[in-house]
Amino acid sequence: MTPTLIVFWAFAVLAIGSALLCITRRNPVASALWLVVTLFALAALFVLLDAQFIAVLQVLVYAGAIMVLFLFVIMLLNVGRATRSDMKGPLGLGVGVLLAGLMMVQLLALRFGAPPPQLTLAPNAMARAAAEQGMVAAVARPLFTTYLVPFEITSILLLAGLVGAVVLAKRRL
Amino acid sequence: MLLAPALGVSAVLFTLGVAGVLLRRNAIVIFMCVELMLNAVNLTFVALAQQLGVGGQIFVFFVMAVAAAEAAVGLAILLAIYRHRQTLNLQNINLLKG
Repeated sequence: MTPTLIVFWAFAVLAIGSALLCITRRNPVASALWLVVTLFALAALFVLLDAQFIAVLQVLVYAGAIMVLFLFVIMLLNVGRATRSDMKGPLGLGVGVLLAGLMMVQLLALRFGAPPPQLTLAPNAMARAAAEQGMVAAVARPLFTTYLVPFEITSILLLAGLVGAVVLAKRRL
Repeated sequence: MLLAPALGVSAVLFTLGVAGVLLRRNAIVIFMCVELMLNAVNLTFVALAQQLGVGGQIFVFFVMAVAAAEAAVGLAILLAIYRHRQTLNLQNINLLKG
């Protein structure tokens, strides 16, 4: 077992464990904080997978901005205290676990289909590109050339989200 | 190669997100479980980007932008619902139930 693999599994176990705690905690604030731990562990996994810039974005945008928004709404609505369990009843629990288990089997089966060899890059191609062009440039260059149109459309999406959020949260619609 | 383990971890995380959506009744917690699913998919994209090119990482970038917009609009909707019904328990929000 290489050191990379050991670190990978350490963070993978941390991510899965805290995700499990996130979906089982009764208090929404505790759930949100465990989700933050999951997001941090995922950022570490991104670093191991040669996506350093995405890892930084994950911490800044997800663990920073989006989770703060969640905690802010929990605080605003004053629903942060632990209520009695809001899990579904035995029937709902059984059906839910069954469906989720089925989905996990299907998703794990996908693991065994490797990408077609004519498409795969040489091993370490991403790490080498990051070393040659710089971590940010390796992502930014295709973003502003090949993927320029989707990038511009994203700005319209964000504007629509902004206006929508303001309109929806207004006291008198 | 970390591809197979990463896909396995991503499958487990996605399943935990699905389980959370199916099992919980608090709307905010369900929303957080959706974010968990989005992140599991991001892990898949990043893991495959290592072998198939940088396009996967760009897609993660777009997923994050969509998730941010979704969180803003979704939480505003939850705010509006709470103002009307004084609850976020989805059992009590059954306007569409016949």
